[in-house]
Amino acid sequence: MAILDKHKILETNATLLLIFSFLVVTIGGIVQITPLFYLENTIEKVEGMRPYTPLEMAGREIYLREGCYVCHSQMIRPMRDEVERYGHYSLAAESMYDHPFQWGSKRTGPDLARVGGRYSDDWHVRHLRDAQSVVPESVMPKYGFLETRKIDGEYIGDIMAANALVGTPYTEDMLENAVADFRAQADPDSDYDGLLERYGDKVNVRNFDGQSDLTEADALIAYLQMLGTLVDFSTFTPDASR
Amino acid sequence: MSKTPEKQPGDPNTTGHSWDGIEEFDNPMPRWWLWTFYATIFWGLIYTIMYPAWPLVQSATAGVLGWSSRELVQQELVSFEEANAPWNAKLVETSLEDISKDPELQQYAVNSGGAVFRTWCAQCHGSGAQGAPGFPNLLDDAWLWGGSLEDIEYTVAYGIRNEESDDARYSEMPAFGEILESEEITQVVQYVMSLTNAQTDDAAAQAGKVVFDDNCAACHGENGQGDVFQGAPNLTDAIWLYGGSEEALTETVTYSRFGVMPPWENRLTDAQIRAVTAYVHQLGGGQ
Repeated sequence: MAILDKHKILETNATLLLIFSFLVVTIGGIVQITPLFYLENTIEKVEGMRPYTPLEMAGREIYLREGCYVCHSQMIRPMRDEVERYGHYSLAAESMYDHPFQWGSKRTGPDLARVGGRYSDDWHVRHLRDAQSVVPESVMPKYGFLETRKIDGEYIGDIMAANALVGTPYTEDMLENAVADFRAQADPDSDYDGLLERYGDKVNVRNFDGQSDLTEADALIAYLQMLGTLVDFSTFTPDASR
Repeated sequence: MSKTPEKQPGDPNTTGHSWDGIEEFDNPMPRWWLWTFYATIFWGLIYTIMYPAWPLVQSATAGVLGWSSRELVQQELVSFEEANAPWNAKLVETSLEDISKDPELQQYAVNSGGAVFRTWCAQCHGSGAQGAPGFPNLLDDAWLWGGSLEDIEYTVAYGIRNEESDDARYSEMPAFGEILESEEITQVVQYVMSLTNAQTDDAAAQAGKVVFDDNCAACHGENGQGDVFQGAPNLTDAIWLYGGSEEALTETVTYSRFGVMPPWENRLTDAQIRAVTAYVHQLGGGQ
């Protein structure tokens, strides 16, 4: 074919080669990525998903900072052994407010996609402090220092605003009250009605780490205790066509 | 500059390029390679017809084999559920006491209950049910909330001091740091230690008896033997959930403890709860 004989033009012209290579990669990307934005079964409609509260968001930032995702996945695959062990397989919608998602790619520790409510706060505190004290077989490092690092949520509104910028539906109300909500969630004696009004009645309001100061341990445990608890599976019927 | 070798008769044609005098033979690709290459392209096309692949306007093609990962996992779950269904039905119908009278049913309950335990309970209570500081040992005969089959089943189903279940077992020890003087706390700790002959200060222990009778006996009993109806631990058996040292006991009295166990009624089926009850009961301490 005549066009196939013309490769010498591309091979002898570096700029042209770059442009055409870029074109090929672009087309490949478009073909693979674009359908995900419009196919109806990519993200199912589920009830219960909400943006993370300011404290949970801070916990998520700590989760990222400490590299928890290196050893823990947040993705229960549709296989019997995983469903029996961890609970219902993960849905795309459950990661819709994660920027970036935390599916992970390796499990040295167990999957955490549905760890919320599975253990007590006290267990999390002891486990973070010294994982081997509760699970002797564990190889997890110690994160007791989180209990001594106080946080006040000063910049949490900025983090939420950045997430809003990429699509998380934080309202003006949520952003304005970020710091107040941040503190209220870890203090059951505070006035947390506004927090529940903005994020729903199911939000856990507790002193997560059991000590009076608001610390990074509070935020991380608040995040962990929420994981996988948002979607209301009583109203969800999985679409089998995938 | 090296000299370009003369073309010998019988050499294949060259591609016609010449880079700084270097030419390239235009050898045909080996036949076996070429046909394998065509075969993989053909197989790729067949594959996208058989399995979900091409994106269309509303959804992607489903593939003629009708393969679906969700359906597969559902079928697998159902097939195991059906295989165990007669046993599970029997487990739910039989009263807890009678399960052990049927050796086969007891064996099923203990084995499946063991699997439930290792999946859901072992992280706190230990893979051998030996417990950990703050999480009770289930092998011994000390039970905070009762060790009968009914008691264990209730605890598993509704948990302890959690917020999720309204039926959770509940009691709360006051933080005596706000009620007693520090001297009184020292005395009562010595008294509690004396119940197991571990006191280090006899005089303080004797003085502590008064403090104990006024503040602790209502729940822990006059003799410190505890009360399973309110989860008040027996203080005379030298089994300590949070440690029996002077330091640990002082911390317990000053700040109190508030151990939480999640409810399992929504995560586990009735049969699973009864199975794990039977498993825990037969570990050694069941009453």
